[in-house]
Amino acid sequence: MAEHFEFAVIGAGPAGLAAAALAAQTGVAAVVLDEQPTLGGQIYRSIEQSPLSDSNILGDDYRIGEGLVWAFRASGARHLGGTDVWMVGTDRGIGLASDGKARIVTADRILIAVGSQERAVPFPGWTLPGVMTAGAGQILLKSAAVVPSDGVVLAGTGPLLFLIAAQYVRAGVSLKAVLDMTPRANYVRAAPYLPAALTAGNYIGKGLSYMREIRKAGVAVTGAVRDLRAVGGERLEAVTYSAAGRRHRIDTGLLMVHFGVIPNTSLSRSIGIDHEWDARQVCWRPRTDEWGNTSVDGIAVAGDCAGIWGAQAAAHAGRLAALEAARALGRIDTAERDGQAAPDRAFLRRDRRVRPFLEVLYSPESCLDAELEDDVLVCRCEEITAGQVRQAAQLGCMGPNQVKAFLRAGMGPCQGRQCGDTVARLTARAGGKSMAEVGFLRPRPPIKPISIETLAKIEEAAAAMPDIEQA
Amino acid sequence: MFKRLREPDSEWVTIEIDGESRRVPKDETVAAAVLADRIGHCRTTPVSGAPRAPYCLMGVCFECLMEIDGIPNRQACMVPVAEGMVIRRQNGAGSVVGLQVGTEKDG
Ligand code: FES
Repeated sequence: MAEHFEFAVIGAGPAGLAAAALAAQTGVAAVVLDEQPTLGGQIYRSIEQSPLSDSNILGDDYRIGEGLVWAFRASGARHLGGTDVWMVGTDRGIGLASDGKARIVTADRILIAVGSQERAVPFPGWTLPGVMTAGAGQILLKSAAVVPSDGVVLAGTGPLLFLIAAQYVRAGVSLKAVLDMTPRANYVRAAPYLPAALTAGNYIGKGLSYMREIRKAGVAVTGAVRDLRAVGGERLEAVTYSAAGRRHRIDTGLLMVHFGVIPNTSLSRSIGIDHEWDARQVCWRPRTDEWGNTSVDGIAVAGDCAGIWGAQAAAHAGRLAALEAARALGRIDTAERDGQAAPDRAFLRRDRRVRPFLEVLYSPESCLDAELEDDVLVCRCEEITAGQVRQAAQLGCMGPNQVKAFLRAGMGPCQGRQCGDTVARLTARAGGKSMAEVGFLRPRPPIKPISIETLAKIEEAAAAMPDIEQA
Repeated sequence: MFKRLREPDSEWVTIEIDGESRRVPKDETVAAAVLADRIGHCRTTPVSGAPRAPYCLMGVCFECLMEIDGIPNRQACMVPVAEGMVIRRQNGAGSVVGLQVGTEKDG
């Protein structure tokens, strides 16, 4: 018999921790499955054992994670860390792998709480060693106290860019420049949403304080930057860009880029859950009801993998999904679920008021619309260029799945996690279609690397369990 | 490129990267160790042989594939270091065994 869980939560970030803790309090046997050995997800990475001796470097928002982890630890919910989820079936079979061993478990209810990933935006030279995401820089800081040694250039758009800049300033890292690619027009467009944003949490105030910190440290911040380019042979040597009508060059061995975050949907897409295109957040996200229930019975989503609302909202969305799970499992009735959900709903209503402002101000559209030169790599894994994708579109490829069959773009190890949206965008533009019309790549399990030997063992095991849908 | 803010202590372990022995904190991932030790790149691509380094550090880009303890195509950003671990840069496809078994039939 496969091991069985009442409530399996995938992801140990704010949504997953809050959901498992609340479910456990209502008497549900909850387990959190996570690929990291430690709790906290990426946002609260290493929260229980920070390698940083100065806790002020990461700031107050990071410490919110402590409360979530304490509540989780006190709740009696289980934690299976260092565990990859490489498959989830519509019958709620879950493929797990840890230490090179794979197994299949089952669950009555599944909550997917796998968070977000950074939006991949191709530009010339973005595959050079020395170019990485700002999120990657932050993970090195949080999890390993590893920071740039000879200075770094930060470029792109979005609140995280300024947060990491402020954290680096506090950690004594030399910032060669912050290249803000937010177009000036976005400030005008976003202005009408500012009054509502000011009534949410203290997001705007915090953002401004990061900028003050950066400026006070003497860091050069350049606005309305365009046409970013990473230059180098075997590795990054310089960054060039346009600003104020001129081309500029900064010699640097390290460039960190950020273009906002998008829901991590590879798991939800691989299950066949219905998704919708969110034009405002410029991303796909699973279609849900107000409890996070998806189109597949018994499988819910919560947190940033369901739409980008931020870490604090994620915890509350996780609680809503937990209440619904407790109701479905017979621990509480509908009235109790609704009553307990009221404070979470009130928080979310207030918290979300900041989003329209942020979404319009930090819209990635101008970075995405920059006409990609034909020789820029779009698919990093299979090394497919923008020109090849355009050509495939002209030859009649209607969307990313056809381009994948034609060019292998999206068939490499990342399964289109990096190139999927760019390929879709290029085909949409070539065919005069919308993103919703061209659709998205459907990843196939295993969605995490798993060796043939391990898989063979699992297939034997799965064959012995006819109730589990096979990958 | 990168440096550690932490000083060496008894909690550090010894690993081998491309034949060279290094002392690294025991809670680091292989990718962090590779970056902090200025290894430069962790693999070359199967198609053009271009050097690549970890890009996302959170398991989505697969740029950090390395051979770890004899097993190719492991995501260095997801694997914590361990005493005696042997890590190699992965050149070209290495051995693609084990990756993407499920996708080949697709499309
Ligand atoms: S650095 Fe992106 S998957 Fe490891």
